[in-house]
Amino acid sequence: MGAIYIDPQTKRATIDRDECVECYACYNGLSQEHLNPTFVRTVRKVFAAMRVRFDPEPDVCPTAAFEPDELTWPRVVRRAFSDPRVPHESTGVEGRGTEEVKTNDVTGRVKVGEVGFTIEFGRPGVGVRFREIQEMCWALAKANVSFEKKNPVTSLMTDVGTGTLRPDILAEKVMSAIVEIKVPVERAEEVIRLVWEVEKKLDTVVALGVATRCGEFGEETVVAPVLERLGYKLERAKTNIGLGRVNQSAAEPSQQTVNV
Amino acid sequence: MTNTLHRSGDAESFRDDYIVFAIPSKKKNDTDALPKLRRFLQIALEYKPVNLGDARHGGALRSSRNVNPLAHWKRDISPDFQAVIGGLDVPTTCAAVFDNVSAAEQFVKRIKEEDLGLSVNVSTSIQGAEQCCQFACIERHSVGYSLGFEGKTEKLPNSQVAALSTMCGHGMISHSLAKKMIDFVKEDRRTPEQAATYLSRFCSCGIFNPSRAKRILEDARTKTK
Repeated sequence: MGAIYIDPQTKRATIDRDECVECYACYNGLSQEHLNPTFVRTVRKVFAAMRVRFDPEPDVCPTAAFEPDELTWPRVVRRAFSDPRVPHESTGVEGRGTEEVKTNDVTGRVKVGEVGFTIEFGRPGVGVRFREIQEMCWALAKANVSFEKKNPVTSLMTDVGTGTLRPDILAEKVMSAIVEIKVPVERAEEVIRLVWEVEKKLDTVVALGVATRCGEFGEETVVAPVLERLGYKLERAKTNIGLGRVNQSAAEPSQQTVNV
Repeated sequence: MTNTLHRSGDAESFRDDYIVFAIPSKKKNDTDALPKLRRFLQIALEYKPVNLGDARHGGALRSSRNVNPLAHWKRDISPDFQAVIGGLDVPTTCAAVFDNVSAAEQFVKRIKEEDLGLSVNVSTSIQGAEQCCQFACIERHSVGYSLGFEGKTEKLPNSQVAALSTMCGHGMISHSLAKKMIDFVKEDRRTPEQAATYLSRFCSCGIFNPSRAKRILEDARTKTK
């Protein structure tokens, strides 16, 4: 995001709060050294005066300067969509991530003859504001596409029929967010063309994922040809190898499962 | 989240990148998933992974809350696989990353024989995943294709930076850190191995591939793409 910079006036590291998506990568990813800040600044000034630069480990914060803020609504939504370690209960958003096709062998979420789309905004590392996601949701809803219920973005809609999101979150910026839909195979091309049209108007990047059920012998000859015809070169995929099975009834309580 | 799916690169660039992960499904098979996930990770160890991780605690290289200042001169950069297995305390996605197809094939075959009952996915090139399935005599159940990045792609960094940073699908490895590591290697301030470990510590679920990162960093030393 590039939200951290050295303020030329104060000479201190500063966080641009509008750009910061509350991913906590600085807090969680950096190791901490707990040195005295005055000592560290003095050493740096002396070195700088002599045109000498210390070459420290680049992933260590010498003074353990980062501390998590107490986030309130709607800013807390940023963290829910940006920090993969955050417990989703803090926002009421239904799950940080989605199981999508990863558990399709157990859930049957995408059936034969269907195509599941994950339309991910802001990835990789660009970020997105919800008002841009809303543009896509409106267009999809207008095309009579239904949104996946067990998805964090869907849970923030005030009107799933029109794809309208809560107005108080529209200005919030997040690392990335996924809109999940499912359509019959025959509509796959139409959806992709619709995404192409809308993404031109957005100020961010979009990562498209297309999931489908394989045939009896593990073959997939239905969706891949459509995608190739549209000009996509298929390089990478996530393949569910079908080893999962249901072993508990719906009434049985679930453990606290963290899916990302 | 589709954290393993959208890695930047062509199919050939995934020749040393095989992620096999197990995932329980809420209210379907998660009540007894914890010991099965531990077993999954333990078995993976036998096939010499380059990373192991769980989505809650991270991978085999993690940041430290209390670094000794001497670490700037001497730091342990070996992965701690046992910490991943021992630290798993909640059913979540568990991943093993391999840098060769043979290890991935053998592991997938073994996991099929173990019959854990959890959903297992292979994330790599389409051909690489098919190869693993054929070796283990498995018919693919479902497939999720990555169609790459679209929209305002001018906001994306160059292909080497993108290849490094997208190895954490959650975006915890910033483009600027990846770029900085390439520069460190170019300036011979760090080895590719050291640079890969810095990046690895930011990945929050252990799917970062340090082996592929080393190759990309070594390549970037002389060629900017």
